[in-house]
Amino acid sequence: MSTAVQHAEPGFFRKYCWSTDHKIIAMQYLFTGMAMALIGGYLAYVFRMQLGFPNHNVPGFGIVTPGRYNAVVTMHGTIMIFWVAMPVLIAAFGNYLIPLMIGCDDMAFPRINRLSYQVFLLSAIVLLLSFLVKGGAFGGAWTAYPPLSASGAYNLTPLGATLWLVAVALEFVAFLLGGINFTVTVMNSRAPGMKMFDIPIVIWMIVLATVIFMASAGPLIAGAVMLLFDQTMATGFYDPTRGGDPLLWQHLFWFFGHPEVYVVLLPAMGIVAEILAVFARKKLFGYKSMLFSTWAVGILSFVVWAHHQFVAGIDPRMANVFTVTTLLISIPVAELVFLYIATLYGGSIRLDTPMLWALGFLAEFMIGGVTGIFLGSSGTDIYLHDTYFLIAHFHYTFVPIAIISVFAGITFWFPKMFGRMMNETLGKIHFWGTVIPFNVIFIPLFMTGLAGDQRRIYSYAQFAEQSRPALQHLRTLSTVGLLVMLSFQLVFLFNFFWSLRKGKRAEANPWRSTTLEWTVPSPPPHGNFAVLPTVYRGPYEYGLPGRADDYWPQNVPD
Amino acid sequence: MNMDCRAAPTTTGPRTFLIRPAEKPTTMSATAKPIANTRSATGIPTARLITWWVIASEIVIFGGLLSAYLMHRLGHPEWALSADHTNTWAGAFNTFVLLTSSLAAVLAHKAADALDGPRAAKLLRLTVLGGFVFLMVKAFEWTTDIREGFVLSSGGFWSYYYVLTGLHGLHVLAGMVIMLIIAADAAKNQELQRVECIGLYWHFVDIVWIFLFPLLYIAR
Repeated sequence: MSTAVQHAEPGFFRKYCWSTDHKIIAMQYLFTGMAMALIGGYLAYVFRMQLGFPNHNVPGFGIVTPGRYNAVVTMHGTIMIFWVAMPVLIAAFGNYLIPLMIGCDDMAFPRINRLSYQVFLLSAIVLLLSFLVKGGAFGGAWTAYPPLSASGAYNLTPLGATLWLVAVALEFVAFLLGGINFTVTVMNSRAPGMKMFDIPIVIWMIVLATVIFMASAGPLIAGAVMLLFDQTMATGFYDPTRGGDPLLWQHLFWFFGHPEVYVVLLPAMGIVAEILAVFARKKLFGYKSMLFSTWAVGILSFVVWAHHQFVAGIDPRMANVFTVTTLLISIPVAELVFLYIATLYGGSIRLDTPMLWALGFLAEFMIGGVTGIFLGSSGTDIYLHDTYFLIAHFHYTFVPIAIISVFAGITFWFPKMFGRMMNETLGKIHFWGTVIPFNVIFIPLFMTGLAGDQRRIYSYAQFAEQSRPALQHLRTLSTVGLLVMLSFQLVFLFNFFWSLRKGKRAEANPWRSTTLEWTVPSPPPHGNFAVLPTVYRGPYEYGLPGRADDYWPQNVPD
Repeated sequence: MNMDCRAAPTTTGPRTFLIRPAEKPTTMSATAKPIANTRSATGIPTARLITWWVIASEIVIFGGLLSAYLMHRLGHPEWALSADHTNTWAGAFNTFVLLTSSLAAVLAHKAADALDGPRAAKLLRLTVLGGFVFLMVKAFEWTTDIREGFVLSSGGFWSYYYVLTGLHGLHVLAGMVIMLIIAADAAKNQELQRVECIGLYWHFVDIVWIFLFPLLYIAR
């Protein structure tokens, strides 16, 4: 190991591609995630066009054949969850915020951090290359249920299926490496004086999310290896004719898959909490209740997984148990939402773009939460499970998480990350241009779902009940909503890249916030702090009577 | 297992916050440790803490696989016939070898605590030798099984047998490689805190085997 200290300014490659600096790694995750989001959005465009205007030529893609439809739907789900939500919400914001908000110079293990991104990049490349292999990308749905996923004779994408599994497994390795680093850093590397309840809530949420991920991903990693062997080495782990059990995969998958919902939800809730406190100029209501509710969510998230399997033939008595646990978990989540609303109550609210996104998150996520009650109850789920009602519910939770809260976070921390302010007018246009069409996309899908539209159907022409014009109009309306929403993302991209170069210079603390990342210059230099800070109080001291300023930063002694 | 807070030289720190009057971050250098790495807000040295988290994440990997195996084994009494073919004596010998190598790892930790790097390195290499013998016996077993026609795809039991012992074998191999790297540093009295960490990992690999041996070899 070389011990020579390098003083020269490193070249482009070493600075941006081989860096151990947590801020650079965060940017790598952020930009990779944004690029993948564009691909995921394009895929949504392709299959929504097929559903809205069946069997027409899709501009920029061509005719959507049934096989390509399956692949496009599968890859949309996979990319948006594993290659957009995870890297942006946890890896990008986690990497950027953790060392800055807990007051240290980097992650505890910077080289493990670099390795984490490299493995992640490799996984993304493997996934994208699977579009090019013979048979095309995997077409067995993002949940990859066997026997469909286990045999190329069924899914018709033998190579794509294997590459999909390899990519997902690599991605998990990347997040285990990164997650262990996050947890250890927050446990051990906090600034002197920062006690357990002085940690900003977003950091708590990111760490709890990584702990949940670590505790749930293991069985699926093992399960992925078994599925890989079923595909390539003729084992029969999931083959009932040879002593295996296809339900085993569903258990392993959802034992990970349901906690995964909270793995992405918690960082999103954390980002929103930070923004609500800053823009309501008010102490976060019930910091400890928020924390304990989050712990309850984390623990309960491990005992709800079989509500994904109510229609898979599980024992109805077991379905009862999982109905109860599923309804139970909505209590702490509702508690969190109440605490957020209580934070707003009596605050002096400023409606800057980040705050709009944060409020948008609350409003839209609540629709997702309430419709989840219908799906968590086994009785109603049996009718609704394989319909578009489920798709609409899922997107009312996931779009607020992976899209709305990410925009909240980017617009909020953009001045810190890049040293410039984003344009407020464009930001507000982008907000309304995203949130309104979002509802136009998914409210019609609640209706088509209730009317019996099965999901994963390429064309409804063969279904007498479903091919009625009334339902087709709803599908077309949903597609039009998507087109509008996608086109408004151009406003964001323009605002983002224009502000990077031409935006107003940002001072160190443009939002007048209390947490430690705002005490350093924007953007922070390598090593973050000129002198590492000491912490004297909790993170949400706003609106204090008797002080000159209405906020009291964590590192200011008096 | 030694659970008290004696730390190896490079991570020595009090249980309370490590307060330094003016901690200045290091400048551009990939090899210098960041301040973040040297702090210890929990009182647990960072190296030991991350090792425990690695082990925790490994427990769920093996846990998922083992519970899947157990559920299927209970549902398939006929798998006992396949389990009859495993070589219980070879498995028992391997259990003995692996447990003995763990003793060497403990002694290496003790030597590292006494700041005797060269001795720790010697004992770590002895542990690696134990791992090597284990893998050789395993290779002999697999060869015999495959010659008799029992391969990965020969049925439920054999699929689980090869995946479980294979995954465990990979962990043994990885432990050996890491141990040799750590031994090379320890011989020069560098990074002695790592001796304890690889020891913890090795005990974990040991404990996994303690589960695998009865479940795959003894249970009928």
